[in-house]
Amino acid sequence: MNLQNILNEIEQVDSEVYDRLKHVSRRNMFSMFAKKAASVAAPTLLASALNKAYAQSDVVVDVLNFALTLEYLEAEFYNVGMDTPGLIINLDRNVFGQLQKHENAHVNLLKSVLGGRAVSKPRFDFTAKGAFPDVFRNFKTFALLAQAFEDTGVRAYKGQAPRLIMDDPILTTALRIHSVEARHAARVRELRGLKGWITGNESGGAPPAVYAGEEAVTHLEVSSLIPGVPYSASTEAWDEPLSKEDVLKIVMPFLE
Amino acid sequence: MEQLHKDPASPKQRVSVLPVVPVNIGRRWFMRYVGVTAAGGVLLSSCAQENLNPITGPGETSMRGGRAGDVVELGSGDIGVLNYAYALEQAELRFLELVLDTRYDGMSTKEFQVFKDLRDQEITHVDFFEAVLGSFAIPKLTLDYSSVNFRNRDSVLTTARNFADLATAAYNGAGQLLTDANNLATAGKIVSVEARHASVIRELIAPGSTYFAGDDVVDPATGLDPAKMPGEVLPVAQQFIKEIISASRLPMA
Repeated sequence: MNLQNILNEIEQVDSEVYDRLKHVSRRNMFSMFAKKAASVAAPTLLASALNKAYAQSDVVVDVLNFALTLEYLEAEFYNVGMDTPGLIINLDRNVFGQLQKHENAHVNLLKSVLGGRAVSKPRFDFTAKGAFPDVFRNFKTFALLAQAFEDTGVRAYKGQAPRLIMDDPILTTALRIHSVEARHAARVRELRGLKGWITGNESGGAPPAVYAGEEAVTHLEVSSLIPGVPYSASTEAWDEPLSKEDVLKIVMPFLE
Repeated sequence: MEQLHKDPASPKQRVSVLPVVPVNIGRRWFMRYVGVTAAGGVLLSSCAQENLNPITGPGETSMRGGRAGDVVELGSGDIGVLNYAYALEQAELRFLELVLDTRYDGMSTKEFQVFKDLRDQEITHVDFFEAVLGSFAIPKLTLDYSSVNFRNRDSVLTTARNFADLATAAYNGAGQLLTDANNLATAGKIVSVEARHASVIRELIAPGSTYFAGDDVVDPATGLDPAKMPGEVLPVAQQFIKEIISASRLPMA
């Protein structure tokens, strides 16, 4: 299956929804959307419009296929890495073996949830068109990309969670994957000599887009800059979401 | 395999959405969304509360700290869920402060830095909930960690791991209780940091192993972290909290 078509489809789903509802801002829409009670206790025209626009299954399928695409990427990355003689040695095999196990489990889980609507596995180019030519020959490059994929995964799930607010079981499953990606990310970061948490938008050599916006210090309009707390901690304490569009920009070079 | 079907028979606690009253309280603008439902809940049920010691919690000014034995009512709706998180964050922060006060025997430079980072980060989480909840915030809790031997590395690391794993599972379970997408998004910004903490603490306990995301916590078949509901989380946290946390008005699902 051609992944570009899938991605185009995904974006089309969004733009349709926003076109239909362009009188409300994205943020307002989410807030209104969040008032699930509205559709039950006090039906309104808007709530009804939202229900139609966000036909639950379409949104869920969209989010899950997006997630599945990222999980395919991670799973294959670790599958190839673990199978490449001499690339990952000694104790690091514990780390990447665990990551491999989890990402393959995520793929299987998402595929089982999606059933016939699951997208097929794309073909990957982990050199990113030559940007990382030694990805499977040089452990440092491999670990760098592992960090980039894991931290991107954390941000991607975080960005999609609000879209699942209407579907508790799926939301909870996504959150349960999200925190595992964060465990992974922290471990890979430490293995590379970084802190497990993200300071500012420091990329540690990864593509800067992976960490763009991570330096945010405002959350629901509350500042996390606090007297006596280092700036570093004020940013480390808060992971930031990425939109699907921004995630796809990061991931696209790794797709054939 | 996880059951991921939609379950129409499990509606969330529904509270009618009252007209939004413009509230000009600066950075706490979002209370427009969460404040309305919680305030209604408090007003409706404030006289039906048990006759224990002074009730503190949402709706009362909580500038003072709580006192041992007080019943602390978390409240309803998103407010209740955020207070629940606030209680956990308070408990976590106090623990970390005590870790840094005592410094167990043989604490390495790296370990000190980890605990300092955790402490500083949790300060921002606690401050956030305090600020965002405003007058709906539960009081400062009275915390008792006499069961932890702060001089002992194992005791401290085990407790730190338990807290980080618990917080991660608690946020994972609480996400579905939130009704406002902004609140959900913000909880998401915290939970992954809690998971990072868990990973790093676990690596301190068992370096070079799979323990950072071990099979004891992440289901090896599904690759999923636990999600725990308040009914499972609060009894664990309660053992360190001298006030009595009441979650009776929290949304159930």
